Amino acid sequence: MKTNDPLQELARLASENKPETFEQWLRIGMDSGGIAAGAERLLSACRKLVEDHNLPCEIQKSGSYGYAYLDPLVEIKSKSLPPVLYGRVTPEKVSSVTLDHLSAEKLADDHIIASRQYGTALTDPTQSILVLDTSCEEGDKTKFFQSSFQDEIASKLPDSSLSVVRALDMGIYHEGLVVQLLPSRVTYTNVLSRDISRIVTTSLGENKVLKDLLWTKPDPQCRIVLRNCGLLDPEHLGEALARGTYRGLAKALAKNSPDEAIREIEESGLRGRGGAGFPTGLKWKLTREPKADRKFVICNADEGDPGAFMDRSILEGDPHAVLEGLLIAGYAVGANKGYFYVRAEYPLAIQRIQKALEDARQCGLLGENILGSGWSFDAEIRLGAGAFVCGEETALIASIEGCRGSPSPRPPYPSVEGLWGYPTCINNVETLAAAPWILDHGAEAYAQHGTGSSRGTKVFAVTGKVQNAQLVEVPMGTSVHEIIYPICGGVQDQAHIKGVQTGGPSGGIIPENKLETPVTYENLMQLGSIMGSGGMLVMDERDCMVDVAAFYLKFCVDESCGKCAPCRVGGYQMLQLLLKITRGRGSVEDIKQIERICQSMQKASLCGLGQTAANPILSTLRYFRDEYIAYIEGGTAYARKRKKLLSQGESLQQAS
Amino acid sequence: MSVTATINGLEVTVPEGTSILEAARQVQVRIPTLCKHQDLFPSSACGLCIVKTGTGKKMPRACATALEEGMDITTHDAELTEVRRATLELILSNHPNACQTCGRNGDCELQDRAGEFGIRQDYLPRRVTDLPCDDSTGSLILDFSKCIKCGRCVQVCQEVQNVWALSFLDRGINTRMAPAGDITLAESPCIRCGQCSAHCPTGAIVENDETATVWEALRDPGKICTVQIAPSVRVALGEAFGLPPGTNLTGKIYSALRRLGFKAIFDTTFAADLTIIEEASEFVARFVEGKGELPLITSCCPAWVDYLEKNFSDLIPLFSTAKSPQQMLGALAKTYYPEKTGLPADQIYQVSIMPCTAKKYELERTEEMQSSGRPDVDVVLTTREFARMIKQSGVDFLNLPDEKADSLLGEYSGAGLIFGNTGGVMEAALRTAFNKVTGENLPPEGINITPVRGLEGIKTATIPVADTKVRVAVAHGLANVENLLLQVREARDQNKPPPWHFIEVMACPGGCIGGGGQPYGVCNEVRQKRMQGLLDTDEKMALRFSHENPEILQVYDEFLGEPLTGKAHELLHTSYQPRPIYQK
Repeated sequence: MKTNDPLQELARLASENKPETFEQWLRIGMDSGGIAAGAERLLSACRKLVEDHNLPCEIQKSGSYGYAYLDPLVEIKSKSLPPVLYGRVTPEKVSSVTLDHLSAEKLADDHIIASRQYGTALTDPTQSILVLDTSCEEGDKTKFFQSSFQDEIASKLPDSSLSVVRALDMGIYHEGLVVQLLPSRVTYTNVLSRDISRIVTTSLGENKVLKDLLWTKPDPQCRIVLRNCGLLDPEHLGEALARGTYRGLAKALAKNSPDEAIREIEESGLRGRGGAGFPTGLKWKLTREPKADRKFVICNADEGDPGAFMDRSILEGDPHAVLEGLLIAGYAVGANKGYFYVRAEYPLAIQRIQKALEDARQCGLLGENILGSGWSFDAEIRLGAGAFVCGEETALIASIEGCRGSPSPRPPYPSVEGLWGYPTCINNVETLAAAPWILDHGAEAYAQHGTGSSRGTKVFAVTGKVQNAQLVEVPMGTSVHEIIYPICGGVQDQAHIKGVQTGGPSGGIIPENKLETPVTYENLMQLGSIMGSGGMLVMDERDCMVDVAAFYLKFCVDESCGKCAPCRVGGYQMLQLLLKITRGRGSVEDIKQIERICQSMQKASLCGLGQTAANPILSTLRYFRDEYIAYIEGGTAYARKRKKLLSQGESLQQAS
Repeated sequence: MSVTATINGLEVTVPEGTSILEAARQVQVRIPTLCKHQDLFPSSACGLCIVKTGTGKKMPRACATALEEGMDITTHDAELTEVRRATLELILSNHPNACQTCGRNGDCELQDRAGEFGIRQDYLPRRVTDLPCDDSTGSLILDFSKCIKCGRCVQVCQEVQNVWALSFLDRGINTRMAPAGDITLAESPCIRCGQCSAHCPTGAIVENDETATVWEALRDPGKICTVQIAPSVRVALGEAFGLPPGTNLTGKIYSALRRLGFKAIFDTTFAADLTIIEEASEFVARFVEGKGELPLITSCCPAWVDYLEKNFSDLIPLFSTAKSPQQMLGALAKTYYPEKTGLPADQIYQVSIMPCTAKKYELERTEEMQSSGRPDVDVVLTTREFARMIKQSGVDFLNLPDEKADSLLGEYSGAGLIFGNTGGVMEAALRTAFNKVTGENLPPEGINITPVRGLEGIKTATIPVADTKVRVAVAHGLANVENLLLQVREARDQNKPPPWHFIEVMACPGGCIGGGGQPYGVCNEVRQKRMQGLLDTDEKMALRFSHENPEILQVYDEFLGEPLTGKAHELLHTSYQPRPIYQK
């Protein structure tokens, strides 16, 4: 077999598959979230528009930026303007936005999503100004400020062609009027009417920054895993290559040492992002060690926590990154075969992985002699049939083998005896997406993010009563408060936050007074919750914690595989007791029974699902016991009152 | 390699890979469990066998966790007991409170555990499925409400018997053990071997109790009730009365049967000798005279017959056409016996006491089971049902005097007796075949054909008979059979000589002594003892060859004529037909 330098081979591939560049283009966010918000109708509206107006414009698709609350998204590039991201572009509005931007070459009002990379120096003269009232007080004053600016400019700089545009989202919340100058991205916050004339004279006229208004806080987000999401067409290998995908693999192959790749991952401090946080490097090492004829790697894409959509977004937005991660894992552990275990409820993700696999196979990134390295590997997709428990490693393996998806006791661990009895390494989507970045940029670059034994970044899906439901990628150690408030704009309707649920049905609730805690595996555990796969559900004062506990428990009861008694019967019986309490018919004795069952489930359940199913109950009993007691003491009258109140608010199920 | 660790402070050294549960037994520590069966892989379902290792933060299952070097195990403390009790209460809350009317009352592992843990109150409301029982097979009753989902039956059905009738359906609290596809057991690949019922810890799978039918027949003045007992019943029945497995109670059983009101006591062992005459003749015809295909495969086991008809019907020509001893005896009891005694043949009501649930099905397998013009056997009771009848009858069983069977169809040889063991049919047949071929009996030191004895799943041997060598194979536990049959089929398809000349198959592990209708608590240890019970008796008997049984000689002389021909063919042989694996 002829072997070549993998890096040279990759460079050759990248140049062969170089994506075409277009002067003008439209790019629509076609992930599941975008599609649910109308991206498909938007796409056909765009096609029609381009045809009708004979616009010389290429229509492209991309994955999701993660701004779920702003879907559907369209990014537009015209001849003279830089690419601009527009949000909440409904098919009805797309024509005016597009025509404004493409034909008239001006920014369209009310849809612009400003960049989070705020500038601090006015290097280039300002061409346009974004304004947005973020005060959230009665009456949006954005329009008022826009005309004030326009008037001021007209009077002070009569020759100027400056445009003042109403933005949709600046990534800054509760900071009064926010103004961003383009293209420098110098951003002013808490701008008052009286500041307008100063801005016009000093910043626009004299090109000087007003230090007192300047927003200097850097964006708390850090996109490593989501590095390409939204920025490329996930169905186009060339675009992935152009953005450096497969470079981590090529570097690992070039070094010709799987142990080296494992060491790099170990040093990066990367831990499993699927929930338990097992050190990834160690997992790879443990799978590498045993001698076996065959080994397997599996990408666990059976994401199932209610409210979680990290893995789906990654797979839909950047499937090649995950495939690259799987290849690296395969190379590191000595496997030649990999599987994507994807839940069947993710049809778009499946389609994009399939496309990625085909494209990669076509150009030698999959199959025999990958990148001329002499190493061979192939991968295929296996669909999950909708059982949450199949995210558990041993159940997942059983499912791939064609058996009933029930867990089996460990040891033997999959790293020793996994799929068909061979050593098997199973990694979550997010873990695999991070691995290539680490091999490309080095362990140190990754480890510089994070804190303590939780290194790097973590993607969270923030939902519930939060202002901006979205994907967030932050360095480990960022506090929950920072995620909810500065990044996600706080709680809906300015309501009072009660707690944040993390870790899905296996997790617990972080009460308001603990929101400043830096998010790390250990800290969350100490609070009685877990990191989990990254779901964060925000709950406000209107939410009933007993209901929340019952909601999560019901999920586990429905998803219990039924194999072991503590989980099968315990979950069911505990749910009956919880429902009894929420009907106002409970007693203190019932709480005692609930606690006994919790103990039985935690200690005697076979797998993680059962062992952790009690967490939401234990957590709410720990922080919100008074709510349980209120039901018990208030009886049916209280329960009825509570129910009425809750039905007025948004139901939790809808929120997630 | 061995590992040394401490359990409750006691040092224990065991071979590597030994589970904590097994290791604990060596230091006289019993860890409670409901799902783990000694012979089966741990299913880890019940959660009662949790123990603490080291810090005790996690509680691994003793059944599924191997003891590791240096482990410090605590099996019992207040916390563990409390967790176990809470788990047991959960299991009970998913089980009907119906012990008094249950088939396992007084002999139930769940009842035992509940008793040990002193559970005196229903802390949780019972949530029990209202699915109707499945009684479609007539052999076994599936009571879904009593199932604790231990998985033993599923494992036995799939892994040990390779039948795949039972599986788990649905999930969560609705999980249930049932035939896949929601069909009835009779429509499933079930062969009615009853191993599921023998391994069930509760009353979820029990035999179809027909004792009431027998009581009714016994009080019917229009019926002359006769009875036969199978070889393996005599060495297992004692267990239901607290005796160790393997205790041979033949005399007391005859005596009890008379006191129950049976007019004539026959012994199936007599018919086993008869089967040997027919089957050995068949073998000699095929092996020496080339009349028919080889290997000859035994057909005494109705579960095995059903399995073959469903799964390997192309091999039907290899099957011995000889009926099982039960059906041979039934045919003679309704023809020869009335002819000899002058009793009205149409009043004879034949009950058979069998170790087997599939025997209930055999009665109606083909029309040839009515060769006497009416059902040759009217009803089958399993050993378990028989034990209950004795207890109901007020007979002080253990203190009964020993009696003899009726002389007509009751004499038997040691060869017939070991029919109850895996390898026994082979051994008995070889003893007679040797005589048929050479005209001489095996020398005394050669009578015990040890290579075909024991609990090994597949036993093969080459037995010199005159100047030829007979290659034989013995399999029990149907999962062991497939491999043999595939080799036979391959040789046949390639026109090669068969790998064996004679194959014995019994569906149940250990053979009939491990039958699905035997007293509860079966495991290899028990099977071994029951086998030994039969072998010891054979060893001591003067009569050790079927062809020397005087009553056998008499019945051929007076009634049947020559083996394989005429009346013998008509009454003692049967046929087979392909059957679909799924009836629906």
